[in-house]
Amino acid sequence: MFLNQNPQLNKNGELHHLLSTEGLPAEILHQILDTSQSFVGVTQREVKKVPLLRGKAIFNLFFEPSTRTRTTFEIAAKRLSADVINLAVDVSSQSKGETVLDTVANLAAMQADMFIVRHSQSGAPHLIARHVGEDIHVINAGDGRHAHPTQGLLDMFTIRHFKKDFRNLRVAIVGDVLHSRVARSQIHALTTLGVPELRVIGPKTLLPSKVDHLGVHVYHDMAKGLKDVDVVMMLRLQNERMQGLFVPSPQEFFKSYGLTADKLALAKPDAIVLHPGPMNRGVEIDSDVADGSQSVILPQVTFGIAIRMAVMSILAGN
Amino acid sequence: MTKPVLPDAEHLLATLTAQMRPHVTAQTGLIGIVTGGAWLAARLHRNLELKVPPGSLDVSFYRDDFQHKGLKHQVAPSAIPFEVEGRDLILVDDVLYTGRTIRAAMNELFDYGRPASIRLAALVDRGGRELPIAAQFIGAALEVPAKYNIHLEQDEQGNLHLVLHPKN
Repeated sequence: MFLNQNPQLNKNGELHHLLSTEGLPAEILHQILDTSQSFVGVTQREVKKVPLLRGKAIFNLFFEPSTRTRTTFEIAAKRLSADVINLAVDVSSQSKGETVLDTVANLAAMQADMFIVRHSQSGAPHLIARHVGEDIHVINAGDGRHAHPTQGLLDMFTIRHFKKDFRNLRVAIVGDVLHSRVARSQIHALTTLGVPELRVIGPKTLLPSKVDHLGVHVYHDMAKGLKDVDVVMMLRLQNERMQGLFVPSPQEFFKSYGLTADKLALAKPDAIVLHPGPMNRGVEIDSDVADGSQSVILPQVTFGIAIRMAVMSILAGN
Repeated sequence: MTKPVLPDAEHLLATLTAQMRPHVTAQTGLIGIVTGGAWLAARLHRNLELKVPPGSLDVSFYRDDFQHKGLKHQVAPSAIPFEVEGRDLILVDDVLYTGRTIRAAMNELFDYGRPASIRLAALVDRGGRELPIAAQFIGAALEVPAKYNIHLEQDEQGNLHLVLHPKN
């Protein structure tokens, strides 16, 4: 991007920040997935904690509101025995004029070890990462439309859990790719992990104009796009990120691009269905699919905690 | 000091088996520390004809050197297929040295439940303890110069061998 070397890696090629799945070597992706496997076991025990990050101060810096993502990071950090401080940096605080970097500098002065940052502006976590000291790690919890790497990683983990080998799979991402930071993180990760066929399905208005440059096959016809796929990744219609009319109505969207049991039947019989949540039932996905036997939406949530534990542990140890 | 001559691991395994036989019951839980200890636990489990399947422990999340060394690349999931609570356990490791791995293993075990007792079986005790830890069952006591590491390897036929490596 703007530096020759990936800003997420230290000079030994180890993960120093997690800002994006873009540019992460396959070995690092596999390291995260393998480490997460161990943490799944921890969360199933009586004592769901390990002492790995005992005494570390992890600050949840959410400039954009979120309960779910913030909570899963908090649970993950506490399962590592870390101390978690939640900062909902809301509008009133920013309207007092404090810049993002001033906020971060103040928190660093309170001996923060790790920042988990969500911001409506793409690139904000990268800016923060460039300005913190060497001992502080930054995790991007979602920046604008750009990236949501931990979601991408937990989706990879979910796929690996149910399907084992990425190199045999046909994967379809369906819906509002244009506004989706999740989709971008998924596409980079799936490509690096060697998925041979990656499809995006959606109306022209919701697919980025040059998306085929990322190596994906574009479909506007959902029936054609879903044929024989192994993994269906649904996206949420990003109402809050849209300005202007991208779809005639949610009902129209559902007719053409909503995942119903009939449409799912066009995919392979053992295809799995993912959704990053929260779901708009009846807009992008039908209830009987969301609650059906092929849905892995709830395992995604469980795996999300293990993935976040793995990322925090790997960063803290590097 | 000259490079030590290493004993035959299979022979030491037989010694360990004989030592342990009078002290195990149908309820004894064997837990091997990955990777060498886990191989040993599997072999001991067969030799001693134990009822309860062996468990394996990866102590990466409990080590005391995380700040210096970070997480190793291949963390294996720990798996204990029996109830720890109230059970007599035997931890199995290939080499007992500083004792820090065993300290980490005990801390991890206590997060699974409260065992009735924990004993330790080590194929090789090389001395050099930095913590007050001792093994109840030992294949052999070996003097290994500090500049060497010693560990267990398993070949394609499943036979065990002790190997010496200079520390880097």
